[in-house]
Amino acid sequence: MFPAGETGADLSNGNCMSAAPAPIRILYCHCAFARVVPADVKTGVLAQLAASSAEFEAVPDLCEMSARRDPRLAALAAHESLRIAACFPRAVHGLFQAAGSPLPQTAQILNMRTDPADKVASELLTGGAG
Amino acid sequence: MSRLDTAHLRTVLYEGPGSLPLEPDARSRIMVALLDKGYAVTSLRDSTHVTALPRDFVVVLGRFTGPPPLFDGAAALQFEQIDGMDPSDVVEAADRVHANTGAAKSGAWKPWFPVIDFGRCTNCMQCLSFCLFDVYGVSSDGKIQVRNQDNCKTDCPACSRVCPEVAIMFPKYRHSPINGDQVSSDDMRREAMKVDISALLGGDIYSMLRDRSVKAKSRFSKERDDERALKERQNCLLKLQKEMDIPMEVLASLPSPDEIRAKAEQAAARAREALGSQVSPEVH
Ligand code: SF4
Ligand code: SF4
Repeated sequence: MFPAGETGADLSNGNCMSAAPAPIRILYCHCAFARVVPADVKTGVLAQLAASSAEFEAVPDLCEMSARRDPRLAALAAHESLRIAACFPRAVHGLFQAAGSPLPQTAQILNMRTDPADKVASELLTGGAG
Repeated sequence: MSRLDTAHLRTVLYEGPGSLPLEPDARSRIMVALLDKGYAVTSLRDSTHVTALPRDFVVVLGRFTGPPPLFDGAAALQFEQIDGMDPSDVVEAADRVHANTGAAKSGAWKPWFPVIDFGRCTNCMQCLSFCLFDVYGVSSDGKIQVRNQDNCKTDCPACSRVCPEVAIMFPKYRHSPINGDQVSSDDMRREAMKVDISALLGGDIYSMLRDRSVKAKSRFSKERDDERALKERQNCLLKLQKEMDIPMEVLASLPSPDEIRAKAEQAAARAREALGSQVSPEVH
């Protein structure tokens, strides 16, 4: 076991330094502390992400991150082609703005409150209209 | 330190060089288990790029085949071998690391607070005047702000009802458009009606609350039958609860009429100051 500690900026594995790794552009919100996103939709989306070869960030609750102005929101919002699975786009934009990290208009927000898991997962993984 | 300012533990589910991959089903179940316990998870498959930030603790979980891979970066990460573990064991491993770091735990507070849609907000400060719990504030450039999110009363969307522009969202609310759904012209008509109703009642919803409470009090004082008095009070609260969808717990914990008056005056003064207005809104 290695000691825990505070981490610096972007970390890269010394074993795999030949190519610059692609930044993660998929963010999945688990809405863990409320029942507003149907459970079958969120677990369905997560299962399809996990079954793909995509790398992604999964967070328990974007609302909480916004409330504590989590600096990771700024890092995520810096991606022009970010795709987010969460809830209503107006709310998600508001949450990033409230954290001081407004999303670019190019961010694609998929709504797990209204859309089925297959549609959300496929748009997360392949892009498409959002 | 506020619970919102503290460091959190992040997990990285690492399947890159120096480790064995997980089956998709195992990967998914481990992630659900960690997320349900409030841990953020970064799923890394081939690349090894993690954006780690100074105030986070990071534990890298993997089926390591030898010494943990070397990560670049100034600070240390913690690595945990998860080969052969089921999801609950992985969560236990994360819990152990968490206990050692002293990092805050997500989920201690249901994140319930207003989020302003600045595309709609006209900076009228009605929300600031209305809120008794100092949730709202004003930025240095005079703009309305949500400042003390964790002061907000869980499941209470009352301030969204006083916003004439339908600009206040509660993402975890049940109904449109307060949950962030698009605002329709019907919603705008309803909101305009609400403001009119509030104006007819004296322009101040807290004065309505106080009037009801005073009326209820005078009824109670004359009322000898305790049971009937209790029923009256319950009816009164039920009506308010229905009108504004205010949870019973919030109504039951409202400050006394005098405290409400003092807080409402303070909030209105802050709003007036922010607006630089010469016309003082009436506070009863
Ligand atoms: S952003 Fe939406 S989906 Fe995510 S935690 Fe908040 S309400 Fe739930
Ligand atoms: S009441 Fe609505 S429009 Fe007025 S300042 Fe508050 S959020 Fe903005």
